[in-house]
Amino acid sequence: MNETDIGFWGVPLAMFAGAIRVSTPFLFVSLGECLTEKSGRINLGLEGTLVFGAMSGYAIAYLTGSPWLGVLCAGLSGSVFGAIHGYICKLPKVNDIAIGIAMMLFGTGLAFFFGKPFIQPQAPHLPSIELGGWSSLPQVRSALEINPLFFLGFLLAIAMWWAFKNTRWGLIIRMTGDSAPAALAMGYSVDLVRFLATTVGGFFAGIGGAFLSLYYPGAWSEGLSSGQGLMAVALVIFSRWNPLACFGAALLFGAAGALGPALQSVGITQGYYFFNAAPYLLTLFIMIASVSPKRSLKGAPGELSITK
Amino acid sequence: MADTVNQDTVAVPIGSGLADLIERVRRSSEYVLIPLFALVAAGLLFSIFLLALGQSPATFFSLLWKGGFGTAFSWQNTLVRSAPLILTALCVAIPARLGLVIIGGEGALVLGGFASAVAAIPFVQAGAPNYIVLPAMLVCGMLVGAFWIGLVGVLRHYRGINETIASLLMSYIAIAIMNFFVEGALRDPGNPNKPSTLPIGEANMIGQIPGVGVHWGLLVGIAVAIVLWILMNRTTFGFAARVTGGNVRAARAQGLPVGRLMVIACAIAGACAGLAGFFEVAAIQGKANASLAAGYGFTGILVAFLARQNPLAIVPVAIFLGGIAAAGGLIQRRMGMPDATVQVLQGLMFVVLLVSETLYGRIPFFRPRGDKR
Repeated sequence: MNETDIGFWGVPLAMFAGAIRVSTPFLFVSLGECLTEKSGRINLGLEGTLVFGAMSGYAIAYLTGSPWLGVLCAGLSGSVFGAIHGYICKLPKVNDIAIGIAMMLFGTGLAFFFGKPFIQPQAPHLPSIELGGWSSLPQVRSALEINPLFFLGFLLAIAMWWAFKNTRWGLIIRMTGDSAPAALAMGYSVDLVRFLATTVGGFFAGIGGAFLSLYYPGAWSEGLSSGQGLMAVALVIFSRWNPLACFGAALLFGAAGALGPALQSVGITQGYYFFNAAPYLLTLFIMIASVSPKRSLKGAPGELSITK
Repeated sequence: MADTVNQDTVAVPIGSGLADLIERVRRSSEYVLIPLFALVAAGLLFSIFLLALGQSPATFFSLLWKGGFGTAFSWQNTLVRSAPLILTALCVAIPARLGLVIIGGEGALVLGGFASAVAAIPFVQAGAPNYIVLPAMLVCGMLVGAFWIGLVGVLRHYRGINETIASLLMSYIAIAIMNFFVEGALRDPGNPNKPSTLPIGEANMIGQIPGVGVHWGLLVGIAVAIVLWILMNRTTFGFAARVTGGNVRAARAQGLPVGRLMVIACAIAGACAGLAGFFEVAAIQGKANASLAAGYGFTGILVAFLARQNPLAIVPVAIFLGGIAAAGGLIQRRMGMPDATVQVLQGLMFVVLLVSETLYGRIPFFRPRGDKR
């Protein structure tokens, strides 16, 4: 303990490690939400999708012994939720925000229902890549155990950023989100584009859920997600619908989320609950600072009901 | 935004005679029949879900009836649960008339309940009688609730922050604030197992309505629902609020104080949720602890949507959903199903109900005579 004790340096280190460790679900959910919102629709149900993804990923990993199969299954179940949301939202007079809340309740309900038998058993975890072999400090080594999904999310963010700018599909999605009449005039089906964007967005959110149950914290429980799926909505607004900025924002949120446990690990337990609320406070303040009623936001899809 | 137009705001040509009455009833029956149809459809879908799991829907629904409404004991259980549901549903319904979707009633309930428990501490320690302690608790709980959701209205109008997300985030913050104090500075040292505030004492607890076995919160909730119905449907304030909910630009053009209306409606909503928290503390728990966050705020959203944001309709719907929640334990024991079963049913009901919104105005039966769309 003596020569490896790094005292209060543990706090920034733990926050750095936490940023990488905790940010992955934020990253995947916000990328999914970003894609959906770019097409002009909002999906508040991603919170339910995340929880159900966590449960189904854990269950499949436990039953088959393969965590990667669990991740795939979580993504697929997420896309089912996304598809349901996408299909319902295209009906006339149906409000996408309200349906999102309903899907959130339904998704968490289903996850708790089917997840009951999986609270006790131990499923195999996702392996991590160890980048800290050069250091003699165990804290640094454990901080640099990074999950491959983190890198996958990073690559996905770059790919989405590039695709929005440079591909035909990216253009179609942006156009549908900015002006449905324009997309119609060009001969694209607005409903189909939004349906697909919501479905794929649900796939990403499901993967984010699988990370929660299969890597960090690494077990399925009913209190696993505390609003990460919803914070992703705020996070997308904060990052101005830019996938690369989503990556940065997810890291920031991860760091904020790691503050409570990091302080606790060096013996500061006062205000533990308060630091646990840090991500919510951060989200709220970020929204207060970055949203304005007077001007429309740069990069905001014109059809999005949340910015109108 | 939810379609908040109800039968009172639909233009009905003023006529006389039985034919007009029938016409009026036929047209407005849309707002009863479509939600009923949605409930039946959700029940059928849930039956398919049960059959797929090898469970009997007949057993499920008969247990649901028995556990919710079948006996005097289950009625008591149901009504105790519907008291906070009426108030948290009002917390959704009042801002909804202005077009605001507030889903953070849970936070206002928790913080309101916590505030009333804290307000009681100095009075209880000074040995004040309950006719001083209880009003102090009531005022504190309602004020804190009103402040909390009122803040959402302020953020919405003056900063343009989406009220749905803001209220939910603040709900998490509210629960964290309560946990922070309950685990720390305001923890009852005499209760080492479960962190909670100091108990308000047996003498200060609110009693039951004689002969019913349900605390006074139920009657107060019903009274508040009636008062708010009158406020929203029979006063200038209510009219201005409905105009704002119908079209903000039109309301501004008429010179209505949109911002103030929003903040006031949110504050009223928060006061309702705070009142629910007060009753949970003063009539059931006797102190504030984590069990205040029992999910009433979230079920209240469903109640409000089922009642189409009409304060009077909220009362029967809250009793109905309170019954479903009360039956959960019985279903869990008898059928060996997880406790989330009821949550699945509620979620499904909510989804189907919102999908049924698409039917309004599309069924020829409900159209005005002569409308041959």
